Amino acid sequence: MNAKDKFIQNYSWKILSFLCVVIAYTVGLVMKVPNDAKLNETIRNLYYHVPMWFGMTILLIVSLVYAIKYLSKPTAENDFYSSGFATTGVVYGILGIITGMFWGAYAWGTPWEMKDPKMIGVSIGMILYLAYFVLRGGIADTQQRARISAVYNVFAFPSFIALIYIMPRLAGFSLHPGKEGNPGLNPKDADAQMRIVFYISTVGVTLLGVWITLLQIRIKKILFNLENQQHNI
Amino acid sequence: MQLYKQIFILLNKEWLLEWRQRNTLNGLLLYVACAVFICYLGIGMKLEKISPGIWNALFWIIILFASVNAVSKSFLLERKGLSIYMYTLVRPQAVILSKIIYNALLMLIIALVALIFYSLVLGIPVQNKSAFILTMVLGAVAISSVFTMIAAIAAKAENSFTLMAVLGIPVVIPLFLLVLRLSKNAIDGLSYSVSVQDFAMLIALNAIYVALSVILFPFIGVNH
Repeated sequence: MNAKDKFIQNYSWKILSFLCVVIAYTVGLVMKVPNDAKLNETIRNLYYHVPMWFGMTILLIVSLVYAIKYLSKPTAENDFYSSGFATTGVVYGILGIITGMFWGAYAWGTPWEMKDPKMIGVSIGMILYLAYFVLRGGIADTQQRARISAVYNVFAFPSFIALIYIMPRLAGFSLHPGKEGNPGLNPKDADAQMRIVFYISTVGVTLLGVWITLLQIRIKKILFNLENQQHNI
Repeated sequence: MQLYKQIFILLNKEWLLEWRQRNTLNGLLLYVACAVFICYLGIGMKLEKISPGIWNALFWIIILFASVNAVSKSFLLERKGLSIYMYTLVRPQAVILSKIIYNALLMLIIALVALIFYSLVLGIPVQNKSAFILTMVLGAVAISSVFTMIAAIAAKAENSFTLMAVLGIPVVIPLFLLVLRLSKNAIDGLSYSVSVQDFAMLIALNAIYVALSVILFPFIGVNH
């Protein structure tokens, strides 16, 4: 592979991510939005709040994939990827809750409405992944920690999906938009122009999450290699 | 040796161990009785008649915590040497399946005793009794089978008893919510046709967890 190809492979998606986030976050504040009596200008939060959930789901699925990969081929690298993506996924989930609280404070009159099945689901989902980190903290041996936490990651995932995507549908009521608490976005609800900005924001935020995670993994790898060198000396 | 034979032998071993030191089983039954009395003293005595919603929630909370206590001992109290010896004799799938079956049976007994105590102290406002019993059976089996795998995971970490609750309760919550709704339907006397979808989902989720336990347990048990 020549230098040019390598440059494109390494930097193109980072540039894309940067541009997408900058465009979506500035255009989101500047662009005209349809006049809705209930939501008014708070509808702009669509560009900041909803992409967080898409990003979180994608990052956590990647974490699951690396956990399965670790179980079939136990290397330190797979463990770094699995735990790294889980960390960023949880950060995105917390950011999603915070942006949602701002929206809720203006649209519903309260930042935290406990009756909403999505809020219950996501708060328990976050506890699920925080427990994953507590488990990692509780095992001293690195290989054992990687293996046991990969097992928990796979075992807990059906619960996570049930909490985020199935329970809100079955609950049949929600303050969130979408038919009967359906967590998916209904494309017909959003204005065509808004939808474009929303998609750009989703792509940008997700890629940004991947970027953050890869940086974190690089730090972990360097520390890991340093430690190994010290042992060898 | 075939898998079902190994499971049968391991079940027999579990039962013998339990029977020889009956204090654990007796302790669990007393735990349930204490929890029921605390519920009565805390809520039942103050109110003339507690609402079916609260009755339902309290009952299942008692079952949930009894199950954390009952299941946690299945891996945490096992000595390391013993488990290594066991894996040379039987397949890991047989170990986890026998533990799941044993814990499910144990939880069924505990749930039944809890229901008897509970209905003696706080009354039994259930209208569709058969649906409630079915929910209780399925719920106890589902909750205990999830906790069995969690106990296996938690046993590998430090301060396992705390970790058991921390890891297990978020995982079990989707099942718990389904069970709560099913038993509320049964208390309100709704027919089976209303809750058939939830029953199917409870069974499906439980099947997923048991299958995952069987697939994942070999990675925990054996150091490779």
